Amino acid sequence: MEKIPILRMGEFLLVTIQVDMHDRLAMTLQEDLTTRISETAARGVLIDISSLEIVDSFIGRMLGNIAAMSRVLDAQTVVVGMQPAVAITLVELGMSLPGVRTALNVDAGMELLKLSLNGHRANGHKASRHVSRR
Amino acid sequence: MSVVDSETLPIASEPDMVTVRRRVREAAARTGLSLVDQTKLVTAASELARNTLIYGGGGTMQLEMLNGPRLGVRLIFVDQGPGIPNIDLALRDGFTTGAGLGLGLSGSKRLVNEFEIDSKVGQGTRVAVTRWK
Repeated sequence: MEKIPILRMGEFLLVTIQVDMHDRLAMTLQEDLTTRISETAARGVLIDISSLEIVDSFIGRMLGNIAAMSRVLDAQTVVVGMQPAVAITLVELGMSLPGVRTALNVDAGMELLKLSLNGHRANGHKASRHVSRR
Repeated sequence: MSVVDSETLPIASEPDMVTVRRRVREAAARTGLSLVDQTKLVTAASELARNTLIYGGGGTMQLEMLNGPRLGVRLIFVDQGPGIPNIDLALRDGFTTGAGLGLGLSGSKRLVNEFEIDSKVGQGTRVAVTRWK
């Protein structure tokens, strides 16, 4: 079955969507990502959509779901690389992706993930997470 | 209004939706629509094709290249599904009878220049949209 690869890089998971996804492939990615976050105890997910020529309401909903599910699993999601024409269309369609953090490119997205992770640690978040995992 | 070129594509499965998006993109680019307008039309096509597939139980999309007085692309989605009992309600943001967000019809209407919908309960639905250059 066709799948979108999920790469692990330290505490983060990276996904680059390079195909025109049909709906079932988007659903599979959503399930695979949540499983991988839980298996690897990843703290962040970076989704690169720079190759996507459109984001319709279904893909938009999938991005929102991934962000919400990863938050529940104590990971942050950042969506990067949205093309300007896609952003204009998405907002006109009526979706502004509430709850989804975005960054212009992969570098900026990684920075954002690292910053938010450090912020969590400074607040003693990691300690409590450690205790609860024992 | 004259139609230069016309083709009909099936919408019977999810892979068909991918083909629909690709063909609409090609037609929009050939007509000379700007990148933003191409993206709007392809996104509207994706929403309407999904409606045809999920709510209409499948159908077809007729793709027309228009020439004169203006250049444009028209897409006509037809299904023989259950039809829409209340079109005004179906066109409202957030209204859905399915599992989606209810942006398909209302959102795609905002992405095109012309939008027509005809639906008869028990007979089917026809949605025609046009984006002008």
